[in-house]
Amino acid sequence: MAFEGLADRLQSTIQKIRGRGKVTEQDVKEMTREVRLALLEADVNFKVVKQLINKIKERAIGQEVMESLTPGQQVIKVVQEELTQLMGGEQSKIATAERPPTVIMMVGLQGAGKTTTTGKLANHLRKKHNRNPLLVAADVYRPAAIDQLETLGKQLSLPVFSMGTEANPVDIANEAIKKAKEEHHDYVIIDTAGRLHVDEKLMDELTQIKTDVKPAEIFLVVDAMTGQDAVNVAESFDSQLDISGVVLTKLDGDTRGGAALSIRAVTGKPIKFVGMGERTDQLEAFHPERMASRILGMGDVLSLIEKAQENVDEKQARDLEEKMRSMSFTFDDFLEQMSQVKKMGPLDDLLDMLPGAGKMKGMKNVQLDEKQLVYVEAIIQSMTRKERQEPSLINASRKKRIAKGSGRSVSEVNRLLKQFEDMKKMMKQMTNMQKGKKKRGMKFPFM
Amino acid sequence: MSFFQKLKNKFKNPENNTTDEQTPEKYKEGLKKTRTSFSDKMNNLMARYRKVDEDFFEELEEVLIGSDVGVTTVMDLVDELRMEAKRQNIKDSSQLKDVISEKLVEIYQGDEDEQPQKLQINENGLTIYLFVGVNGVGKTTSIGKMAYKLKNEGKKVVMAAGDTFRAGAIEQLQVWGERTGVEVIRHNAGSDPAAVIYDGIKAAQARGADVLLCDTAGRLQNKVNLMNELNKVHRVIEREVPGAPHEVLLVLDATTGQNALAQAKTFQETAKVSGIVLSKLDGTAKGGIVLAIRNEMQIPVKFVGLGEQMEDLQEFDPNAFVYGIFADLMQEEEQAE
Repeated sequence: MAFEGLADRLQSTIQKIRGRGKVTEQDVKEMTREVRLALLEADVNFKVVKQLINKIKERAIGQEVMESLTPGQQVIKVVQEELTQLMGGEQSKIATAERPPTVIMMVGLQGAGKTTTTGKLANHLRKKHNRNPLLVAADVYRPAAIDQLETLGKQLSLPVFSMGTEANPVDIANEAIKKAKEEHHDYVIIDTAGRLHVDEKLMDELTQIKTDVKPAEIFLVVDAMTGQDAVNVAESFDSQLDISGVVLTKLDGDTRGGAALSIRAVTGKPIKFVGMGERTDQLEAFHPERMASRILGMGDVLSLIEKAQENVDEKQARDLEEKMRSMSFTFDDFLEQMSQVKKMGPLDDLLDMLPGAGKMKGMKNVQLDEKQLVYVEAIIQSMTRKERQEPSLINASRKKRIAKGSGRSVSEVNRLLKQFEDMKKMMKQMTNMQKGKKKRGMKFPFM
Repeated sequence: MSFFQKLKNKFKNPENNTTDEQTPEKYKEGLKKTRTSFSDKMNNLMARYRKVDEDFFEELEEVLIGSDVGVTTVMDLVDELRMEAKRQNIKDSSQLKDVISEKLVEIYQGDEDEQPQKLQINENGLTIYLFVGVNGVGKTTSIGKMAYKLKNEGKKVVMAAGDTFRAGAIEQLQVWGERTGVEVIRHNAGSDPAAVIYDGIKAAQARGADVLLCDTAGRLQNKVNLMNELNKVHRVIEREVPGAPHEVLLVLDATTGQNALAQAKTFQETAKVSGIVLSKLDGTAKGGIVLAIRNEMQIPVKFVGLGEQMEDLQEFDPNAFVYGIFADLMQEEEQAE
């Protein structure tokens, strides 16, 4: 990532202060300047930044920071609190209409990810809320937009209502509601065409649909990478349609996502969901405090833990723990463990979530090589069942065979064997340590 | 002669104007929103700060950052302006207006020649252009527009539907193929993109086509595996046609903020980007991203998307672009004179 986080930015100022033991107003000013730059680099709108900085300055010049022993950390804490507060609470509830079907309208600029999000939302409604949604393809402008929604519908085995590209979107919406009533769908999600917020004709079309179908929710779909313009887009969609919430997409990229803060600040509307990947199940609830850390480039430990919990089978983890304790940990278990870590996503992503890792990665030679994992896997897979259970069996000629089978060198095989032994030793020490204390194992041995 | 006068003369003087007559007008129309908001902001700034002081510079920083110009670029620029103001002893903000515009134009145009950057062409055989970018920036649309443009220039064009991942992407390119009357080489959804591109090359060669346009799936630049896949596509093209791809065009969404720089950097490492297509420029109040990219990276902007019509993909002409942005300011200047 090209930008340094706030913590890194504040380093130099903090170092200066360290020797003196007293923080002056000038120091605070310097620090708030760094905060300002960090926020601007995260794409937070400059007007929003200005308001925030004034608030932060007030608090910082007061006793809170200047009399603190760790002024740098105190500033970060103040900033984070202000950001979290501004972003509001967690709200991923979807409204329900008094009489079904509940209608949801998806609106936004071109390429924000409306159609993909429509599919994700339908999946979410069905899986988490046991609903029966009807998808409506009302994007008659972009080539193959209807095909896209229909393909998503097929993937999810959900019905898609469409009337071809010749029909009027307003008519499509009305017909869809009729059909939903007949077929007893409790939710209707209307995927509208992407449009510029300055395009009056197309914005009128949305107003018309809104008047006709009376949606319970209008979600503005916004690309998390949007820059300063996010404010204008959100403001103008909100003033014309009175949106009920925001879905922030493509947050699995490496953008800081300051747009989230800007949108929230100008519209006051909650960010309800975030898109975290291209698969239809990658829609998540929005967490303000995590977003605050992200905007400040401070890592995201909470998401990492959650990811681990999602992807690591509780039972497997317990079995593994038992094995470690009884020292019967084998190469097979090692393979199993690796595949679990891999399930959590690219290593780089995981590292990004750790605070301070940004700095680590800055050093070029520490770059994580996904390939190494593949090599290790290949070497283990070239061992026989028996060798995996009893690594001590592996002698020189076996090593040669393994090296040949995996296409790696003998020295690499040696290295892996050595690492494996070290690991076992370490485990032994740890379990010995734990025996003395409480009987609480490590849930995630790879962390 | 004022600075704007000079700029304007460039357009009136046909010798200096390489693009067709219409281009400046197109830019003016397409950039309407960018232009009004930028000049409004500048005028507003001048009106509120008669005196050139620290507050003025801070506000100027905000106007520029508000246009998505990169933070580093803005800080450099404003520092330069501070020096300039000191050196020329400028106290009145209106006097600084000319200097500001001049500096901006300088960055827009870069150090090199002011001519629009033409696309590379393979004189003896098939020319291949590869389109890359993150999700939803408008790759497929840009390809469709490019096909239309090249076909109008009398070239035989073939398109390869290399986005096998996103639902409906192949169909989307197919529709563009029908609209423009250009053949689309396609496989089923979910197949290997490198294989599609390979077939595209073979088909284009067999049909004696001049240009092959290759679509790829959108990918976020931090997804290592997807970037590796792109690298493979690049290798396949390189292997099949020596010297190809003749252009790797990174499509960037003009509404994107600071992340656009990260995108440009990563894609350049993986796919050796040779030029940028800036899409959706008609919709945004900004355009400052062009400045940031010009200033912080050596990749030229080659095309801009200025609307939803087939003919709305225009060669990026720094002069016309600047003209589009400053047109209102120029008129005022004239009236004042």
